[in-house]
Amino acid sequence: MSLLQIKNLHAKAEGQEILKGIDLTIDEGEVHSIMGPNGSGKSTLAQVLARRENYEVNAGEITYAGKNLLDMKPEEAACEGVFLAFQYPAEIPGITNAYFLRSALNAIRKYRGLDEIDAMDFLPLLREKAKLLDMDEKLMNRSVNESFSGGEKKRNEILQMAVLEPRLAILDETDSGLDIDAVRTVARGVNAMRSPRRAMIVVTHYQRLLNHIVPDFVHVLVGGRIVRSGGPELALELEEKGYGELELAGSAEV
Amino acid sequence: MNAIVQEQLGRYISAFDDFRKIAAGTALPWLTKLREDAFAQFAETGFPTPNVEDWRFTSVAPIAKTKFRLAEQLRTRELLALRDQVESCRIPGAAARMVFVNGHFAPEFSSLSCLPPGVFAVNLATQIAEKPQHLEPHLGRYLKIKRDPFCALNTAFMEDGAFLHIGRGRVLEAPVHLLLISVGGDVPLMNHPRNLVLAEEGAELTVVEEFLSLGDTTVFCNAATELVAGEGAVVSHYRIEQGNCGLFQISTLRIQQDKSANVSSHSVLLGGALVRNNVHPVLAGEGGVCLINGLFLGREREHVDNYMLVEHASAHCESRQFYHGILDDQAHGVFHGRIIVHKDAQKTDAKQTNRNLLLSDNAQIDTKPQLEIFADDVKCTHGATIGQIEENALFYLRARGIDELSARRLLLEAFANECLDRMKEGPARAHAAELIRAHIRRMATTAKKYREAQPETERVSHWEEFQ
Repeated sequence: MSLLQIKNLHAKAEGQEILKGIDLTIDEGEVHSIMGPNGSGKSTLAQVLARRENYEVNAGEITYAGKNLLDMKPEEAACEGVFLAFQYPAEIPGITNAYFLRSALNAIRKYRGLDEIDAMDFLPLLREKAKLLDMDEKLMNRSVNESFSGGEKKRNEILQMAVLEPRLAILDETDSGLDIDAVRTVARGVNAMRSPRRAMIVVTHYQRLLNHIVPDFVHVLVGGRIVRSGGPELALELEEKGYGELELAGSAEV
Repeated sequence: MNAIVQEQLGRYISAFDDFRKIAAGTALPWLTKLREDAFAQFAETGFPTPNVEDWRFTSVAPIAKTKFRLAEQLRTRELLALRDQVESCRIPGAAARMVFVNGHFAPEFSSLSCLPPGVFAVNLATQIAEKPQHLEPHLGRYLKIKRDPFCALNTAFMEDGAFLHIGRGRVLEAPVHLLLISVGGDVPLMNHPRNLVLAEEGAELTVVEEFLSLGDTTVFCNAATELVAGEGAVVSHYRIEQGNCGLFQISTLRIQQDKSANVSSHSVLLGGALVRNNVHPVLAGEGGVCLINGLFLGREREHVDNYMLVEHASAHCESRQFYHGILDDQAHGVFHGRIIVHKDAQKTDAKQTNRNLLLSDNAQIDTKPQLEIFADDVKCTHGATIGQIEENALFYLRARGIDELSARRLLLEAFANECLDRMKEGPARAHAAELIRAHIRRMATTAKKYREAQPETERVSHWEEFQ
């Protein structure tokens, strides 16, 4: 059985339809990349999967692990194992990164009927994961994302993913604004998380990240629809030709 | 002056007539003069109206119209009935505790025996009766009765409160806890506690002034504290205020700072029908540093007014004001931050920040900076923000598995933590943190927006969960 099944998904934001019929099936263990030009609906899809309420789903269905994802609140989806690495992570002055992460982990553990982890037991876990991402431990005691550099914010997202161990991870433009070293570090963290039990959706504008996180499938999103799907070679083709032709193809279908 | 106010003034006159016959220290001419001058001042000006600039956003009509009687000392039996509530307010690790009920010292609940040498604490009425000469140079010398009718009223009726004195170079790390309780009676009652804190040269002291009202009846607590920090003294003052819907709480802290003295004022205001918090430091010696830190939380129809008056009277002093407000329902908050830099106070460095979170469309905040600068080489900045809980931050927390209610609570706590972080680690901060957390939990649970966002059926299930 597939982990995620999206059928004919239509979604609106502020009255404007952005997703115009998405069909996508993802099995456990697979990494899918969603590529596309700006404004094609990539981030909208990611946010709808994380259940952001600003988007109204006006048609279609999403089945996740046999359940109706559209019935879930953001926190329920997260507790069921859906994780979104944000393109623009929020800054939260006044809460330390470590406290935030432990609260999140405990919320999920509680949902699953597990005991909460106290600060003493949590620290070694956090250290181990931070090391994997070359993150300075000092960042753990700073306020969440406050005055973090762009690279630190993105690494912090992957750190959260490593701690929360989701079943479905959605990376929304995790590479944007990063230099190549930071891209490698982030990719290393993501690759360490690949497993036959976990699926990933890597949303990106550029092919660059996919040199480091090699997907099983690539989908091209244009004008709110998937206009092409293929293997990793499709990303290379796009890199060469750009989105121009596909954008024309996308608009012709409207 | 209208008829109601006239009638009430008559009540104050007869209350004062009765008071001065029986009050401690009637035989002391200096004290009698202080009281009588202050009462004359009050009688002349009456209660302030919103036409007075300092009271523009706060109407004290509910106080002016109510027929208050000066609260008498409770009988032992009545006092003992309060024991459980008084005990629940203990600060673990405090050096000493003085409890006042309706403005009168309650030795039954107080413990002063563990104070180290050089630290002296007694209730003001006893000090007036036994050694008034130690009070005379300071009591009433700093508080300006002309500026504020409530200060005049407090001075007219001053008799009891705390007198703390810490000697030269002495350091007391554990806080001294002053617990001032107002209890209602059959008729509306008022009390006017007065505290005097003297920290001599190089001394270090932490004082927690905690105001609490019990019961739902109408009470008017009009407190004033004079805090004198000698050269190089380091003093932390906490004002914690927790009231219910019948409480009118006016409190004034007047700080006098000598050369290089370092004073922190932390205010934590957790509600009451009408709360006015005056903090008035005067940096009177070079190199003084003053931190004025505050958090005020209001809900329902509460009104919380913070009036800061920071006077830079000497050169090379630094003042920092940080006030955070969280307001829900129809609560109304005020932050009035006035900074006066006197002519000779060159190289003054004064900063003021007021940040506010409004949790409901009907909550209101008035924030007003007021800088009066008479020196020419100074650095003064001010800023204010008003906002709501950030939807992005809320979604971020929820997307990590934290339910909406907890996420809101976390964000409110985060906002409050910025104030807590300015307090020094220790029993006083821990006590403040615990009260703030409990209050925020209540606020988050009852937040209107949260209730509105939930469909009817879910609202019921959530309610049961939190019972």
